[in-house]
Amino acid sequence: MNTAMKNPKSIIENFEIYAPKLVSKEEFFVGGHRACQGCGEALAIRLMCKALGKDTVITNATGCMEVISSLYPTTAWKLPWIHAAFPNSAAVGSGVEAGLTALRRKGKVADRRIKSVAIGGDGGTMDIGFQALSGAMERGHDMLYVCFDNEAYMNTGIQRSSGTPFLAATTTAPAGKKIPGNQVWKKNLAEIMVAHNLPYVATATPSYPIDFMNKVKKARQVKGPSYIHCFVACPTGWRSTSETCIKMGRLALETGIFPLYEVEDGKYRLTVEVPEKRRPVQDYLKGQGRFRHLTPDQIRVIQERVDIEWEALMIKVKHSKSRESLRAPRGV
Amino acid sequence: MGKRVGMEVAIASAEAAALCKFDVAAVYPITPQSHVAEHLSDIVHEGRVDASFITVESEHSALSAAIGAAGTGARVVTATSSQGLLYMSEVLPIASAMRLPIVMIIANRAVSGPINIWNDHSDIMPMRDTGWISFFADNGQEVVDMTIQAFKVGEDRRVMLPVNVNMDGFQLTHMVEPIIMPEQEEVDRFLPAYVPYAALHPDDIVSMGTLGMPEIYAEAQKSKDVALVNSIKVVKEVWKDWEKQFGRKYEPIQSYRTEDADIALLTMGSMGETAEIAVDELREQGVKVGLLKIKLWRPFPFDELKKAIKGIKVLVVTDRAISFGGPGGPVFSEIRSALYDQPKRPKVVNYIIGLGGRDVTVEGFMDMVRRAAKGKLSERYEIYGVRG
Repeated sequence: MNTAMKNPKSIIENFEIYAPKLVSKEEFFVGGHRACQGCGEALAIRLMCKALGKDTVITNATGCMEVISSLYPTTAWKLPWIHAAFPNSAAVGSGVEAGLTALRRKGKVADRRIKSVAIGGDGGTMDIGFQALSGAMERGHDMLYVCFDNEAYMNTGIQRSSGTPFLAATTTAPAGKKIPGNQVWKKNLAEIMVAHNLPYVATATPSYPIDFMNKVKKARQVKGPSYIHCFVACPTGWRSTSETCIKMGRLALETGIFPLYEVEDGKYRLTVEVPEKRRPVQDYLKGQGRFRHLTPDQIRVIQERVDIEWEALMIKVKHSKSRESLRAPRGV
Repeated sequence: MGKRVGMEVAIASAEAAALCKFDVAAVYPITPQSHVAEHLSDIVHEGRVDASFITVESEHSALSAAIGAAGTGARVVTATSSQGLLYMSEVLPIASAMRLPIVMIIANRAVSGPINIWNDHSDIMPMRDTGWISFFADNGQEVVDMTIQAFKVGEDRRVMLPVNVNMDGFQLTHMVEPIIMPEQEEVDRFLPAYVPYAALHPDDIVSMGTLGMPEIYAEAQKSKDVALVNSIKVVKEVWKDWEKQFGRKYEPIQSYRTEDADIALLTMGSMGETAEIAVDELREQGVKVGLLKIKLWRPFPFDELKKAIKGIKVLVVTDRAISFGGPGGPVFSEIRSALYDQPKRPKVVNYIIGLGGRDVTVEGFMDMVRRAAKGKLSERYEIYGVRG
């Protein structure tokens, strides 16, 4: 552990821009797994693995991806992979990093950098795994955490999580006559990770695959903790059609509901342009059964909130500064 | 031969782990384990062992990080107590299912509520079915020896299981005891380098912790059970090696003055030494009494128990935990069940003692023996010395 932050300038300097023609044909998350048709998460993982390359160890929280990819005696993983439990992928991943670092230092494994990457869904990251994530990030492990956020506990049957958007219908926040769906606003975990003073935080979606892969590559370069919040469509849970998986991510961006940005040492930057005149949130909401009960008034409330959040983000993009010096120096 | 030193037992347990040159320690502090956590970090920060010390944010993460590190092939130590062990409980059976030889030093302490930081065994007893090998130490010397033995047993290819070493909180952890600390080269000779069966590394790709459907789950559980049951051979072999090299003898059940005994006490952990004194005093008074001390709780030493109780008419089993609404203390119910099919078996009686740090005196043990001998225990079990 504590190799973090050895070379704080490394992120940008060592980073090469990814382009479609540079995308490797090699697969590390292979076909034959059991994900639903149109699963945004399985696609995102496949892209993530391509960007990470072979010198990677994946720690997977319990959830859809673990279930669909590791049915004994099969595995979809052509990377070293470990799954322990639901709330602890960040903690297990921090142990992987500590183990590999110690063994490398002691000459017990080959002398090259292997990146520990922990992944989990929104429930496993934002709810039950939140403490373990905060701890692992705060301790400065040289690891990347990627949250694949499809906005509810899809594996157990579409129950509400703290990633579920306002008014969305889930099986534990149904659109009832009295209470129309989820009653609170989605937790902004990327912001909470920024507050951990991480060298690199980004939002992403497989609907913009090159942007996502660039961010994964960049995060991989960071010698220290980094976090990517990846927004993934779940046709099954969203009551949307499977062929709209990519479109949903694009609409989320174009409406400003899920902007794509990265934060390097506190400096915000939009990585994918949003049209000057953002599309109305209605365009995003209408294709999803989880929002079909919404009244025009409720949609207006959502629009107002998205506008406010967008403005707040733009202020950060405009005025934030890189504060590399805030990174705590971390031991040896 | 190591030097005899006076050392606090918690610190000595960390020193024993250091002699095993662990690669990673992931520990969350909790009373009365905290001196183990502090001393392990001290050892790493002073550079005495080249290792990573992970200051995890919880016990759940302590064992989780231990799993991750052990998954890479690192030699890993952790430590906990009481609520911390319970907080780990989700992860305990995963560590054993993954066959990762993590060593955990447990400072046994009562569980809440009411909150109580003192010693009993109510933390480890609910965790007994998680597939770990469990050692129970009587004194500081045994804590040191068992910690070193634990790595050798757990890492043996015939075993590949995590091991916990139980020492009573405060009664052991915070006592300064005379301990012969083995020399580094002695431990190096005893404990071979750890070669993992599989490790998380891109040079040899494995998937660990995969999903087991009903078609395979029972087989997976059976394989863990078989491994644990069979590990007793390796435990005994390692204890023989230890005796040969260090001269200190370990047995799954240690008998004390039981040769011609009609009645025997049975203890686990530090109360064994108090019980020994009680046996000596009763012997002087002409009572034919002996003592059995369980050192290996999992795998349960059935054959050794059957041998140890030969000739004994009344067995007084002491427990330091309650199985609420159950058949008696956990040790008692297991022992009685283990002896059920014996053609000649002793009457087994049960005292639950020393809950939450309640003192049990020599006189107390003598009283238990006298009363049991007279057949005075009417209930299935009695919480000894309890008011109301």
